[in-house]
Amino acid sequence: MSNNMGAKRKLSGSPKINKVSFIGRVKATLVQHVHQVIHSFFELWKTPFATMMTILVLGVALSLPTVFHVVYKNVERVSGQWDSASEVSLFLKKNISEERVQVLINKLGLYEDIEAVTYISRHQALLEFKEMSGFSKALSYLDENPLPAVLVVVPVKSAMNAAGSKLLVAKLEREQDIDLVSVDIDWIEKLQAIFYLVVDMVIGIAALLLLSVLLIVSNTIRLNILNQRDEIEVLKLVGATNSFIQLPYIYIGAWYGFLGGVIAWFFSWVLVIWLESGVMNLTGLYQAQFQIISLNFDESITLLIVAALLGFIASFISVKQYLVKIEPK
Amino acid sequence: MILFEEVSKIYADDQIALNKVDFHLKQGEMAFITGHSGSGKSTLLKLVSLMERPTTGRIVLNGNDISHIKGNDIPYLRRHIGMIFQDHRLLMNRTVLENVGLPLLIEGYSRYEIKRRSLAALDKVGLTGKESSFPINLSGGEQQRVGIARAIINQPPLLLADEPTGNLDPKLSLEILTLFESLNQFGMSVLIATHDLGLIAKMRYRTLTLRDGDMINDGLLRERNE
Repeated sequence: MSNNMGAKRKLSGSPKINKVSFIGRVKATLVQHVHQVIHSFFELWKTPFATMMTILVLGVALSLPTVFHVVYKNVERVSGQWDSASEVSLFLKKNISEERVQVLINKLGLYEDIEAVTYISRHQALLEFKEMSGFSKALSYLDENPLPAVLVVVPVKSAMNAAGSKLLVAKLEREQDIDLVSVDIDWIEKLQAIFYLVVDMVIGIAALLLLSVLLIVSNTIRLNILNQRDEIEVLKLVGATNSFIQLPYIYIGAWYGFLGGVIAWFFSWVLVIWLESGVMNLTGLYQAQFQIISLNFDESITLLIVAALLGFIASFISVKQYLVKIEPK
Repeated sequence: MILFEEVSKIYADDQIALNKVDFHLKQGEMAFITGHSGSGKSTLLKLVSLMERPTTGRIVLNGNDISHIKGNDIPYLRRHIGMIFQDHRLLMNRTVLENVGLPLLIEGYSRYEIKRRSLAALDKVGLTGKESSFPINLSGGEQQRVGIARAIINQPPLLLADEPTGNLDPKLSLEILTLFESLNQFGMSVLIATHDLGLIAKMRYRTLTLRDGDMINDGLLRERNE
């Protein structure tokens, strides 16, 4: 053997599993992360058409739950304006005196679930009816005012629901001076039931669409990995850890998600602008004031974070799955 | 440096790649593994570099039993082994300098340090001035030298080469082997798998001969021929 053993001290180190120092690793990791965040963004645009297509698909998939959220938010605001529908009308007995009415108003004022009571006298009721019905001449031929006095009761916020209204009606019906208690609870209940059903359906659809985002990103990253399989194997052979190999793919996935989120935000914003004039025309017909609103700042940030996170998770799963496959057996 | 004790490797289809192989490569030693295609040469190198795990037996690398090493520790172990392949395994979309500096990039060295040591490694293999080239523009011999520069950049104590001269002409093959010899002179243990008996015969180094997974000989080829 012609080996020169004498001059071999310099390089004959130990192949023990010596890892780089902790501080060195932290520093290197931080540098790697910053580098990869920037590098992976530019990596996306090496194939601009494919990247745009993927981002648009993600944008559409994310925009549907986003639009659902915007619609939900606005419908909730509209339903909030239907509080007056929870008002309870108390038709008083015809022969009740003004003093008794005042006593009743004071008594109702003590109810915990009543916010306000408005008194409409028989005379006032007749005047309003004449004005609204257009039968003023016909009504003037009547010998006496056929309308009863009315107390309009506004329940407190917590009682402005079907159950609360029912309870209040039951209590009011026990009052002797009240002839009839009128509140239209049924349609509120039905509307609420439809609303909650739609919300459940929307949550289901949104979950499926978010799942589709995971699958789209995961598949895109899987294709990227297949294209760069040789590079990954070389990196493994020269001592790259799984996290080193995963990093660029994970950031690419996060960028896909984030940019998809930006597209979704843009779509929802355009939709609101597009619907704004139509909604204003409609509410104008009902002599109401309602302005449709888009995502606020917090919601926009949440959308972008969730989108980026979905991309992150999808790519992490995709790369991990591949790396497990090429582990030595 | 490397100790194999009754190491066997049997693949899922019951194909026996290595059958109870025993050998010991001392620190600073250079040796060849030879045998026909399918004799188990590459499997033996894959076992040392942990691209495969043994089915039975024990592999010790510088005192550490690596037969059951945890998956997370494999990358750190590989950083102490330089690997050279017949097909070079270079990244074609990266420059020669980037290819050579890859092991240092993985270990978290600064860009300055990577460049400095990469240029030094390229100088060692005679490729000064080629650092900005892409591997596709280099000859087979030059690509192999880039592979060698990458393998030695972090000064590993062990160099494994799988058919490093397989695609090269005899003159270039001898040059590459001479390069291995010079690296060995600096203290690296070198284990080269090759089926080129003519080349082995020109150099007087220990040769392990495999046939169908069995180690049939361990010694100097020229002495055996004699």
